[in-house]
Amino acid sequence: MNRNTIILLNFVLVGCLGLFLWWAESSLDGYKIQILNLIAVNIILALSLNLIYGFTGMFSLGHAGFMAIGAYVCSILIMTPEQKSTLFILQAAFPLVENAHAPFLVAVIAGGLVAALFGLVIGAPLLRLGDDYLGIATLGFAEIVRVIGNNIPRVTNGALGFKGIPDHANLWWNFGWCLLTLYFVIRIVNSNTGNVFKAIRDDETAAKAMGINVFKIKLLSFTFGAFFAGVGGALLASLLTTIDPKMFLFTLTFSVLMIVVTGGLGSITGSVLAGIGITVVLEWLRFVENPITIGDWTMNGIPGMRMVVFSLVLILVILFRREGIMGMREITWDGIARFMKRGKA
Amino acid sequence: MTLATFIQHFLNSLTLGSLYALIAIGYTMVYGILRLINFAHSEIFMLGAYFVFWGITLFHLPWAVAMVVSVISVAGIGILVDRVAYRPLRDAPRISALISAIGVSFFLQNVAIVFFQAIPRQVYRPQWLEQPMLWGDVRVLPLTLFVPVLSFFLMLVLVYIVYHTKAGLGMRAISKDIETSYLMGVPVNKVIALTFGIGSALAAASGIMWALRYPQLQPIMGAIPGFKAFIAAVVGGIGSIQGAVIGGLLLGFIEIMTVAFFPDLAGYRDAFAFILLICMLLIKPTGIMGVKTEDKV
Repeated sequence: MNRNTIILLNFVLVGCLGLFLWWAESSLDGYKIQILNLIAVNIILALSLNLIYGFTGMFSLGHAGFMAIGAYVCSILIMTPEQKSTLFILQAAFPLVENAHAPFLVAVIAGGLVAALFGLVIGAPLLRLGDDYLGIATLGFAEIVRVIGNNIPRVTNGALGFKGIPDHANLWWNFGWCLLTLYFVIRIVNSNTGNVFKAIRDDETAAKAMGINVFKIKLLSFTFGAFFAGVGGALLASLLTTIDPKMFLFTLTFSVLMIVVTGGLGSITGSVLAGIGITVVLEWLRFVENPITIGDWTMNGIPGMRMVVFSLVLILVILFRREGIMGMREITWDGIARFMKRGKA
Repeated sequence: MTLATFIQHFLNSLTLGSLYALIAIGYTMVYGILRLINFAHSEIFMLGAYFVFWGITLFHLPWAVAMVVSVISVAGIGILVDRVAYRPLRDAPRISALISAIGVSFFLQNVAIVFFQAIPRQVYRPQWLEQPMLWGDVRVLPLTLFVPVLSFFLMLVLVYIVYHTKAGLGMRAISKDIETSYLMGVPVNKVIALTFGIGSALAAASGIMWALRYPQLQPIMGAIPGFKAFIAAVVGGIGSIQGAVIGGLLLGFIEIMTVAFFPDLAGYRDAFAFILLICMLLIKPTGIMGVKTEDKV
């Protein structure tokens, strides 16, 4: 298929998504719209982790930390000074924090940039470490971010967190950012830099021997990943309208990791499909936590059951289909065209 | 700070440190053999504490019996986890087993939330552990002596097993080179199962004593001590039992002493371990007792 057709098809697809969102916004109820929003945010997060882990092979468990940074920076910027002055009841906020105010777009970008800055600063020393060690060290980073978030009440309002964050993150913002992330990740993965990412993932020593500046490239990928994790966190904050340090526990990183692994490490379409699938399944699983009535027999809801099923699914995926839904493959227009042709023949 | 308070802090550090050390041994043994961070270990620790609680409340077992039953059944669970979730992945990339471990950890944690419920539970403590003893100005709970003494006894037993029995020889062989061990006729899977059993038993013992020290049970109680103990294992040099003990004690002392000398830092207590970890990884990634291994091309 030639390039123009592909671009055209992509535009058609984006147009369809636009129409769907327009329809969804006017005719679906708030709960369903919320699920759609979560799908978009989860796809952003999954893509960012996939860039770091799936494409560059750096086992990072620090996603919750970057998300927390993005979420806090964004929330501080979009809340009005008056709102913040009533919110900080433990201790008054620093004047800089209290007076900072910016439109949503700027706030989200700022959240991403600050997260990226942290990615750069902690990546520089940590990325020298090998896989498991890197995982543990980045996990340590995320925990430190959370503990610090608890202990600087003049910036983060301590353990109380923020409430009433303006809910700017509607369908259009979320899916806009989602598409932007998707576009960026596709472009970078298919570029020359992307090939270097994959070379490092497949064999770091060989990549080094080929004269690649492994450290620089790793840092680049890590920083980009951190940026989009920050953006995802920022959108999530505005979507949920309330954040506190407890939200950014390891569980959060775990659920993103789960999406990436289920989708397939190193597969963009896999991350997208799993992002949609897992978000929907997780919401759907809420029914096991609600009371169920069959005839005149009632079963009480079991809190925690949802995560039991969720983690069981992860274990089963890793045991029986290690490569996830897509493995490292992608769904492309070419692939679809070939598939259709084969169907005809 | 008076001498009396210092001694108290010292004993507290020793208690906490030996608990970390006991958990860290489990991490380090499994990592030494399989190069796997057994995330589920912190849940094993939690189950150990809960089983004693249920043994006493549901089955009315005497405290000491409940302890033994708990240690044995938790060792069984450790072996089961290995059999179900790790053994099928022996030949897979290491990261798969790691993700499986994270999955098992969340699974056990949430199963505990479902079956044990998330409400904190009070733990029974035998009277004789709670009668404070006075030595001059120093007030000491027998508990603060009981925990390190029992821990060190268990560690001695472990060292005996690892260095003076045939199974221990197998463990050391596998940690050097798993493939050659197969060829030499070491029953690899059995030895690995035994490793999981011993590691889990130690974690259970630690969980039980943790519950005596901080008498409140919660399904998520394992997470933080588990992480910290893993850090202790890394700091001490992962794969080395002595290293795990040193790392655990070091961490216990750092946590208690820093807060004792700088009370303002109390809020950051949970971050100390992670900061120590990152510093250690940057200075000497192999840890205090670790041996450097080169990547083979």
